[in-house]
Amino acid sequence: MTMDRSRDVSQPVERLSGNERLKAASRRLRGDIVEGLADPVTGGISPEAQQLLKFHGSYQQDDRDLRDERRRQKLEPAYEFMVRVRLPGGVCRPDQWLKLDELARTYANGTLRLTTRQTFQFHGILKRDMRKTIQGMNQVLLDSIAACGDVNRGVMCSINPHLSALHQQVYELAKATSEHLLPRTRAYHEIWLEQEPVAGSGEEEEPIYGPTYLPRKFKIGFVIPPENDVDVYTQDLGFIAIVENGKLEGFNVTVGGGMGRADNEPGTYPRLADVAGFIRPDQVVRVAEEVVKIQRDYGDRVDRKHARFKYTIDDRGLDWFKDEIASRLGWRLEEPRPFVFTTNGDRYGWAQGDDGCWHYTLFVENGRVKDTADLQLMTALRTIAAVHEGEFRLTPNQNLIISRIKDTARARIQSLIEAYGLDSTVRRSVLRRNSMACVALPTCALAMAESERYLPQLVTKLEKVMAEHGLAEEPIIVRMTGCPNGCARPYVAEIAFTGRAPGKYNVYLGGGFHGQRLNRMLLENVGEPVILETLTPIIARYAKERVPGERFGDFVIRAGIIREVKEGRDFNG
Amino acid sequence: MAVVHCIPGKQPLLVTKPDASSQTWTGPLSPEQAAQLEALVGTLTAEQALWVSGYLAGYNARARVAAPATAVVPTAQPVTILYASETGNAASLAKKLNERAKAKGLATKLLDIADYRVKDLKGERFLVVVTSTQGEGEPPTSAADFYEFLHGRKAPRLEGLKFAVLGLGDSTYEHFCQTGKDIDTRLEALGAVRMVERVDCDVDYEAPATGWIDRLLDQLVRELPPAEAKIVAFPHVAAPAVAAEPLYDRTNPFQATVLENLRLTGRGSSKEIRHVEISLEGSGLTYEPGDSLGILPQNDPELVGELIASLGLEGRPDLQEALGRDYEITTLTGRFLAGWAELSGAKALKELVADPAAQKAWLHGREIIDVVSAFPVPGIDAATFTGLLRKLPPRLYSLASSQAANPDEAHIVVSTVRYDSHGRSRKGVASTMLADRVRPDDTLPVYINANRHFRLPTDPDAPIVMIGAGTGVAPYRAFMQEREERGAKGRSWLFFGERNFRTDFLYQVEWQRWLKDGVLSRIDLAFSRDQAEKVYVQHRLLERAAELWAWLEEGAHLYLCGDAEQLAPDVHAALLRIVAEQSGRGPEQAAEYLKTLQREGRYQRDVY
Ligand code: SRM
Ligand SMILES: Cc1cc2nc3c(=O)[nH]c(=O)nc-3n(C[C@H](O)[C@H](O)[C@H](O)COP(=O)(O)OP(=O)(O)OC[C@H]3O[C@@H](n4cnc5c(N)ncnc54)[C@H](O)[C@@H]3O)c2cc1C
Ligand SMILES: Cc1cc2nc3c(=O)[nH]c(=O)nc-3n(C[C@H](O)[C@H](O)[C@H](O)COP(=O)(O)O)c2cc1C
Ligand code: SF4
Repeated sequence: MTMDRSRDVSQPVERLSGNERLKAASRRLRGDIVEGLADPVTGGISPEAQQLLKFHGSYQQDDRDLRDERRRQKLEPAYEFMVRVRLPGGVCRPDQWLKLDELARTYANGTLRLTTRQTFQFHGILKRDMRKTIQGMNQVLLDSIAACGDVNRGVMCSINPHLSALHQQVYELAKATSEHLLPRTRAYHEIWLEQEPVAGSGEEEEPIYGPTYLPRKFKIGFVIPPENDVDVYTQDLGFIAIVENGKLEGFNVTVGGGMGRADNEPGTYPRLADVAGFIRPDQVVRVAEEVVKIQRDYGDRVDRKHARFKYTIDDRGLDWFKDEIASRLGWRLEEPRPFVFTTNGDRYGWAQGDDGCWHYTLFVENGRVKDTADLQLMTALRTIAAVHEGEFRLTPNQNLIISRIKDTARARIQSLIEAYGLDSTVRRSVLRRNSMACVALPTCALAMAESERYLPQLVTKLEKVMAEHGLAEEPIIVRMTGCPNGCARPYVAEIAFTGRAPGKYNVYLGGGFHGQRLNRMLLENVGEPVILETLTPIIARYAKERVPGERFGDFVIRAGIIREVKEGRDFNG
Repeated sequence: MAVVHCIPGKQPLLVTKPDASSQTWTGPLSPEQAAQLEALVGTLTAEQALWVSGYLAGYNARARVAAPATAVVPTAQPVTILYASETGNAASLAKKLNERAKAKGLATKLLDIADYRVKDLKGERFLVVVTSTQGEGEPPTSAADFYEFLHGRKAPRLEGLKFAVLGLGDSTYEHFCQTGKDIDTRLEALGAVRMVERVDCDVDYEAPATGWIDRLLDQLVRELPPAEAKIVAFPHVAAPAVAAEPLYDRTNPFQATVLENLRLTGRGSSKEIRHVEISLEGSGLTYEPGDSLGILPQNDPELVGELIASLGLEGRPDLQEALGRDYEITTLTGRFLAGWAELSGAKALKELVADPAAQKAWLHGREIIDVVSAFPVPGIDAATFTGLLRKLPPRLYSLASSQAANPDEAHIVVSTVRYDSHGRSRKGVASTMLADRVRPDDTLPVYINANRHFRLPTDPDAPIVMIGAGTGVAPYRAFMQEREERGAKGRSWLFFGERNFRTDFLYQVEWQRWLKDGVLSRIDLAFSRDQAEKVYVQHRLLERAAELWAWLEEGAHLYLCGDAEQLAPDVHAALLRIVAEQSGRGPEQAAEYLKTLQREGRYQRDVY
């Protein structure tokens, strides 16, 4: 097989996409960010700087609620910045929580956003407060390096509260992988932490990435069965922990997952990862590096819509990948080991780990930590963080675990949970607790419809339908995104909605309950009335016709309501 | 004798029949004489024409009375009328006086006090000064030189001079009509003789000013009987120094349609600043950048209702209308307080009236409604009440548009006045009318208030430095529009300040565009509340001292617009420091430097 190298890093940068040229000329991700920060006439930075800013974990956004109003007011859009913390595995200490909480209230919009990749986002930071925010994070040893951009992103890790020792082991690997794959440029330190440039500034060696970094974002997740909370099949690179006799033997390696797609562009599609082989724990970091380098060398750098690793895998085939990685490692991946997933949702409330520590999983609707009239969530968590001696874990479903509570501290935490009514959150309906929405409006520049602000209302309506058909206790995975990019991993949900226009969504059915199957589009570009009209009889049939234990996603396929999607390339078929 | 209509310098002399038939008519002159006269008049400046007209009139009068054998050129000693005005009120009264004086056959010379050569003072015989007071009891900028000269060591003795002063002010200011008082006192101290008592006009100045003009004219006619005076007999000669009167003015406003009325400050702002566009279509009104728009406001009907109720005068639609439209029903004056103390017999009020310092403190944040409801006067009749009120004065707003760029439109920027005091929510009359009650398609009574002391340099290549905060940015938007429209090449530099960048950067996208297109060369911004320490425009000026000085030395014109109380003195102090430090001048010479700039029209201020 001859290898087509016309679109990858082997080509002169002039033949590649504009972003490639930008990266190459950026002096290792510096560009004119500093100049942009200093420009007092605008709250924003240059378009080029905006692209580079992503590598520093931040996006320039604007409050879209105000866009039109401000245009008429002869004001520029309300530019503000989103900052995403790099938090491998979603684990953070109470003092870190307190700092983030303080920064959110001082410089951001007074909320913290727990993301689908287990980290925090600040929204609404003004340009002039960016350095202060990042320096504040630095005080508690947090950063936002490579939280976005064409690099390896935040590394996910199952939160599994029960298997404490195992979690610790896997988490350490996730963290080591994240550290190992960090870019080496000191741009972040110079720009944000205002550290003096050292010799070679702007020309730092990037041994893993090279001067143009990756063709596109790259995502890694570690999962501990039987929970597939990290949706490992949606990761570019996944590690499925294989535990035999209570001992971590190693990991099955998965490659080529991804969600992002675009409407009316059949060349783009979500794809579930393939299991490529098995490796030992001490081989993880090395394998991760080599997989990243394969994508660096072969990923499409001409068309950014076709630049994710999933397309590299589909275009060249899994066997090619296995050979390629073997040649780089000098050894072949072993045969994958068996494993079983049962769910991808979180379990709420108290759980005890095998080390005797306690963990309390809270339901945080769509990950938004804030104070409302009904629930003083942000205040409650601040109060808890002030006395908590364990850690916090952010779940891949935008929820939160107050983790590693000693037996002796449990009563105190419990009384705070009750005092602030946090226990009420875990008693919300199962449908709601299994729902997830991306951020979308008003901050996300790509949103075409509401998501975080709308899904709760739609769920209320669906709850009613479910209850009417005696399904109040039946979990169904429901996910919504404001656009087809798929930030809430909608294409593996049993019911999914992706935004098309204000109030209008595509509706998908048939995803696998534990993330093992893609769903398929049922309705295109419809509003709430049609959504409810269509879903109600399907839910009614599910109530009547399901076989015991049958998941909704499986039922709609068996009942012929939707055709099963066998692989990514079949998604648009 | 013939009536000569003459607009010197512009048009040829037309000698026409009084019945306005189109046929040229030379009257008693031979065609040759007429041609000579026409040739002469065609070369005259405005002032010369006026002088010649006086000369001929005097010649004629003398010939009738004394029939001298030879024609002597009389030393014309017209009545010199000076006005010192910031917003045009004093100017318009001076013009009115001038016209009526001419109609009475008096020779007059009307001048903006800024254009008056102080060394002429010694030779004057009749001097009339109409002046407003600005700042905290200070003279209008245009009168600075005159005022200083008059009060300085070099002021001449003025024994031969007869004078009269009309003061304009606002009785809610501590130093009411101070400049009028100062000039009046000083002229007397220099030996001049007062013809009529000075009058200190409040904001409803029309009636007292008219009374004063009547008395002055009577006195002038007595002093200068037409028979022996050097008197003009051409009542129809247009006052040449004065531009053609606009069709519409403060007493006869144009009913303009509102085109746009929106909030400029973004959501979350602590300020409510609005952008209002009106149509001047069909009005014939013209303006230049630097002028302002006068608006005749109306009172809040709710407040009117409340006031009527607390007076116990309900059920009087005429009163409702009058209080809504004609009278100032918010601002408390000393006169009102005194009158009400009398009517109510309230001891507390009487004590306040007797103690000016206490009164001043008490008045702060209080309005008529507070007095009327706290000290009721049962059975009061409407006329007694309105008798204590002032007329509702128009409000001025700097034009934020260039007519060259927006023919038929006028834009203004209005900061809405709202505050709470003494348990009530207060609303600025005009600004909240615009904010709360005026919508697009409504009409607003407006006029143009020219301000020739705030003008772009005539040289389009001259650099300009524009300093303003808040609504003070308005004229600079007009400047930029004008310079862009005219393709002016001069460099420009804006210093702008407000509270918060995100919400209060007025016309942000326009400045960004002008900056990008090079119409604006530089911009420095001061947002006072975006950081712990307060930063204002004067701080930015100081930061840029060296460059600013370089600009000044290269001939830049300096403009300052906005708040009179805080901004203006602070910026002025910063400028003094910059000049002193950058040029090595002492404080006095620095002040002199700025004064020279001011005199040359290179440092212009529009503060309110
Ligand atoms: C915050 C978060 C959603 C949430 O509700 O939690 C999020 C938010 C955004 N995502 Fe995402 N993505 C988030 C997880 C995901 C996931 C899920 C995952 O990775 O597990 C996906 C699908 C998986 C994948 O990558 O295929 C995802 C696929 C995208 C894409 C589509 C990528 C593609 O291959 O086509 C974009 C757009 C792009 O990259 O061009 C995107 C872009 C964005 C941006 C940055 C919008 C932008 O580019 O201007 C969103 C910022 C919105 C805001 O205002 O905060 N986001 N995004 C998640 C942050 C994760 C993190 O902590 O790193
Ligand atoms: C030449 C010139 C140009 C101007 N240009 C502009 C312009 O471009 N934009 C603009 O907005 N304005 C401008 N002004 C000011 C404008 O004319 C009005 O004075 C202003 O809008 C207030 O009018 P108002 O009728 O709303 O308030 P008013 O009813 O006149 O009330 C204002 C009065 O309320 C009192 N007051 C206000 N705040 C408080 C407080 N916190 N506590 C106690 N008392 C208070 C003060 O006595 C103040 O004088 C200009 C003025 C001049 C003279
Ligand atoms: C910034 C400012 C300061 C003023 N200060 C005084 C003052 O100290 N004393 C006073 O009597 N009037 C004061 N006035 C009121 C004016 O004198 C009054 O409005 C007058 O009618 C203006 O006349 P003009 O248009 O000829 O300048 C002030 C007005 C402004 C805008
Ligand atoms: S899915 Fe689309 S709308 Fe939602 S956060 Fe991601 S990019 Fe924005």
